[in-house]
Amino acid sequence: MNKTVTFRIWRGNSQGGEFVNYTTEITEGLVVLDVVHKIQATQANDIACRWNCKAGKCGSCSAEVNGVPKLMCMTRMDTLNTDKVITVEPMRAFPLIRDLVTDVSWNFRVKTKIKKFKPRPADAPDGTWRMQQEDVDRVQEFRKCIECFLCQDVCHVLRDHHKHDEFIGPRFLAYTAALEMHPLDTEDRLPELKQAQGIGLCNIGKCCTNVCPEHIAITDNAIIPLKERVVDEFYDPLAWIWKKIRPKG
Amino acid sequence: MAYADTLPKQRSFGQTTRPDAWWVKPIFIFLGFSAFIIYSTWAAFQGNHYWLAAGGANYVSPFYSPEIFGDSPHAIFHGKPGFWPAWLPFSPALLILWVPGGFRFTCYYYRGAYYKAFWADPINCAVGEPRKTYLGERSFPLLIQNIHRYFLYIAVAFVILLAYDALKAMWFTDPVTGASHFGIGVGTLVMLLNVFLLSSYTLGCHSLRHLVGGFLDSKTKSPSCAKTYNCVSCLNSRHMMWAWFSLFSVGFTDLYIRLCSMGIWHDVRIF
Repeated sequence: MNKTVTFRIWRGNSQGGEFVNYTTEITEGLVVLDVVHKIQATQANDIACRWNCKAGKCGSCSAEVNGVPKLMCMTRMDTLNTDKVITVEPMRAFPLIRDLVTDVSWNFRVKTKIKKFKPRPADAPDGTWRMQQEDVDRVQEFRKCIECFLCQDVCHVLRDHHKHDEFIGPRFLAYTAALEMHPLDTEDRLPELKQAQGIGLCNIGKCCTNVCPEHIAITDNAIIPLKERVVDEFYDPLAWIWKKIRPKG
Repeated sequence: MAYADTLPKQRSFGQTTRPDAWWVKPIFIFLGFSAFIIYSTWAAFQGNHYWLAAGGANYVSPFYSPEIFGDSPHAIFHGKPGFWPAWLPFSPALLILWVPGGFRFTCYYYRGAYYKAFWADPINCAVGEPRKTYLGERSFPLLIQNIHRYFLYIAVAFVILLAYDALKAMWFTDPVTGASHFGIGVGTLVMLLNVFLLSSYTLGCHSLRHLVGGFLDSKTKSPSCAKTYNCVSCLNSRHMMWAWFSLFSVGFTDLYIRLCSMGIWHDVRIF
């Protein structure tokens, strides 16, 4: 059944801009990205909108739909109240390029600063390793990340306080967790986590977990376990004694 | 140009494009926590009506257990401790409530919840904040939150003691003969339920999850750690639910025993 909806889309660039209303007809089964494309095709050919797979796997079409960071391609119109105006705006934690497109390159620069995977010496003469599935299950959760950066966008440390120089954000805390908890990895990333990467700035509001389109439990399974490892290393005298008795497995 | 200068300006407090009732959840959390804090502080300062012996019952409020000093039959030492300042009204609860209070105050779930509801930092996801400065848990005073695991150690001991109280509540004293015999009253069930909910909350703690196995990268090298970690993770996945249920149950258990002790409610013996 066709229905008329009004989209309020942010139009502008880093110098400024405004919300512009577009009214269009939608049919059953559409997602927000479809509607933006329809408006682009019929009313505003110059709307800048980044997208690629339309399947929730490339992480390109991140934006804020009704104020909440979402993938436009995975936000079905029937989950929104179409009787009211629907707001679509760019992510706020990154510099705006134009309309719905932001410059997320800061994330890639951050990633280069995280210590790389450093495996222990090979287990077999042919240079391969042996590990149990159960041991890698935990870190495989973090490998689901599609780098849409919605978690970075919603994190108030970046979004509101602009601590980009002191905090790497939930995406890269999960990335660090994937490396740090890997059964083969031997690198120590805890000093950087505590200092330059600012894990102490996270105040566990769980907004990152709430917006993750891959349903990764970023706070419970990545950030808090890393915070606990930082406590082991820097704040807990009993843990220091325990480590002497029983080395890390 | 500094990177921060290229970003959109920080929104003012409460500013958002979210059309939903984002303020409802923080208000409910604020009211829920405030109600508990007010009631527990009031109950802690009462120093009376915290145990029930009427009808042969053997109940004691969780706010007052373990009773290190006090006047009830549950007290380890009778009377008031010598070090207690004369100007401060004494109540046995004041000696111990710092343990569950500190455990909940430094709990990862509660931290996230009260930073939002009481400090608006942020008040809800993608909603503007009242302050421009932010220190997080990286420096004093919130750096102290890292003490959580030490509160956990004592909280586990307290849960064991509350379980012992619940077991004792299954034994009723005959007022004629003075003999003890097994029985179940509504108060016994309230105390047992309280122990179950407190255990589920305490044993699902994020710090415990780390300490029993989360610190290992290869849990298969220690199967006992792996099993314990999986059990704690199971409880941990509903940590928020257990936190709220146990908060309600511990307050209700005190209220039940208090009202029975005051004669307003009457404990019903099931058998």
